[in-house]
Amino acid sequence: MDALLQAAGVRKEFGGLVAVDNVDFTVPAKSIVSLIGPNGAGKTTFFNILTGVYKPTSGRIELDGEDVTGKPPHAITNRGMGRTFQNIRLFPLMTSLENVLVGMHGRLHAGILRSILRTPGVRREEREARDQARELLAFCGLGGRDDEFARNLPYGDQRRLEVARALATGPKLLLLDEPTAGMNPQETQDFIAFVSRLLTERELTVLMIEHDMRVVMGVSDRVTVLDYGEKIAEGTPQEVQKDERVIEAYLGTKATH
Amino acid sequence: MRRRWRELKRQRWEPLPETLRRAIVAGVVGFLLLVLFTPFAGFDTTALFAYLIFVVTYVPPYRRLPLGRFVVPLAVLVLAVAYPYYGDHMFTLPVFSATGSNGFPSMDTATIITVFAMMAVGLNMVVGYAGLLDLGYVAFYATGAYVSGWLASPQFAGQTFGFGGTGVTPGTPGIHISIWLLILLGGIVTAVIGVLIGLPTLRLRGDYLAIVTLGFGEIMPQIAKNGDNFFNTGFNLTGGPSGITPIDPPGFGHWLHNNVWSGLPSDYLSATHADRFFFWTGLALLVVTVFCSVRLRDSRLGRAWVAIREDEVAAAAMGIPLMRTKTWAYASGAFFGGVAGAFYASYKTETFPDDFFFNISVFILCMVILGGMGNVWGVLLGAAFLAYLDRQGISNAGGWLNDHFSGAHASWFKIWSSPIDVSKYSFGIYGLIILIVMLFRPEGLIPSSRRKAEFSAEDLSDEPLYDVQR
Repeated sequence: MDALLQAAGVRKEFGGLVAVDNVDFTVPAKSIVSLIGPNGAGKTTFFNILTGVYKPTSGRIELDGEDVTGKPPHAITNRGMGRTFQNIRLFPLMTSLENVLVGMHGRLHAGILRSILRTPGVRREEREARDQARELLAFCGLGGRDDEFARNLPYGDQRRLEVARALATGPKLLLLDEPTAGMNPQETQDFIAFVSRLLTERELTVLMIEHDMRVVMGVSDRVTVLDYGEKIAEGTPQEVQKDERVIEAYLGTKATH
Repeated sequence: MRRRWRELKRQRWEPLPETLRRAIVAGVVGFLLLVLFTPFAGFDTTALFAYLIFVVTYVPPYRRLPLGRFVVPLAVLVLAVAYPYYGDHMFTLPVFSATGSNGFPSMDTATIITVFAMMAVGLNMVVGYAGLLDLGYVAFYATGAYVSGWLASPQFAGQTFGFGGTGVTPGTPGIHISIWLLILLGGIVTAVIGVLIGLPTLRLRGDYLAIVTLGFGEIMPQIAKNGDNFFNTGFNLTGGPSGITPIDPPGFGHWLHNNVWSGLPSDYLSATHADRFFFWTGLALLVVTVFCSVRLRDSRLGRAWVAIREDEVAAAAMGIPLMRTKTWAYASGAFFGGVAGAFYASYKTETFPDDFFFNISVFILCMVILGGMGNVWGVLLGAAFLAYLDRQGISNAGGWLNDHFSGAHASWFKIWSSPIDVSKYSFGIYGLIILIVMLFRPEGLIPSSRRKAEFSAEDLSDEPLYDVQR
């Protein structure tokens, strides 16, 4: 099993606070890996390190065999890592279609002069990009809402649009930060099916932070548990479920004295 | 009251078909014109024509036709190109007219309007599209002006170099390069300076960027003012407070004038209607500026600018290189500032540090805000309106006020005893205008759909509660 993402000894300090502490982590290709842990465990910080929003204090991150440690976010995205955000961060005053087109930025080539002249090449590129973007929107269940401002979409659609936008970057690895937060059980069910489709139809690898245990246990191939910035368990959902340190982290221990 | 008004608007006004709504607006405008003009000034046939043209361009639903979106801009362009021929013969505007002026922009005012409109459209790329608040835009304007000052004047009299310079006899001391090249070069040099200023500053966000650009905007005129003895070397770079003069006019050269068509002046100042040629040149440059601005807005780069304005972190996460993209915005904005400056210097035949102080930066920013940030057409309107007021409108209106209300000869009734110089209060008046617009129409006169949505109250209630999800 090839590792698509490999993180070794990743550590992040904010002043005196160690948010992520020497985490070793691998995501095998074409799998769904979940990252779980109690609130404040450092999951989102870890995501931000992977995507280049933060530079790790130490450690090394490889994407598909290439060292991406400390690279700026756009460089990492263009090497094949797409992401969504915990608190939806769409471009609220751009339409759905524009949001997706922005996601394609790194894959388009029109420069400033050719854009002004609108050469045939640029025209074709733009047309193809629009077609692709519409296709992606339809794939994510947003067909027909192309021209609506992102902020006017209902909440569930905004979540879907974020995924569509992340897919538009052409990722090998898709990072989802709490994708089902705020969804009702039916929406969550649909979402699980959707993620499975990503894997089968788009041959993606998915890494997600998730709180809903039904989702985690339902779709994950592997689960990693963080607590206070440290990795405390890793394995199949069944293994992790029985792990004592995990139970302890989530439920606390019985007072011993 | 405002809520009831809005309610009424939604229930009764908005369900009407658009063409009908526009026809009603046109009717109301026509009625007001009649009421306002007949007592104050002459409502003659030209006014009727102007009104008819307005009705014909405004009311019919051109947008539904194929290529219909070009109808209104084209009509405006044709009217602008023909302006020198009918401007003087138009009806007399109330309040804004003066002796010897019917209140419509003179050729000089019209030319200045094109220069300011160019700058406003350029600044709009930086502020309106990319959301980078630039309070020192005048620095770019100055750079363009000094590029033409240096390379088309006797400033460096030690050199004698000519390359297509018009309006000077060959062998005149100083560097004399064709203004057409200098307009382009002014843009390029300014864009390079924009990049140099941008590289260290664009890492900053919001307010910090504004402060740093403010600093650069102050540095430039200081360099110009004190550059007559550069670092005490005795080298006269900028001519100091007295500036650089005379700067060569643009022109088509003797060969084209003599052999192709004598209607093309060999240099503008030798032409019978020099002012018209300057106006048309300014207009042509403005059209190019608007064209580039619109093309960029609809391109991959323009989308990236808007994305950065909306959410920097998300934009970076979508693969947009922040620094490079912002620097492009800065450089494109700077380019058109430079073009405007180079042309302006040639038009004025001189360039002074006094033309490049902070108030100009703010003035241009006001045009952008007043017209509607992010929308080229709004910005054009804002620029035309404020530049007109600055050059002509306020002093004319001041004259009218004094005629009617001051001293013993007040033709209506006396309010103050001796004439007041209204032009002195011009910046106060602009402030008041901006204040009123911000209160009643914060999105600007002609907002972009984005900005309209940003300010519309109905949409706000639909805002997702981003931070309350857990």
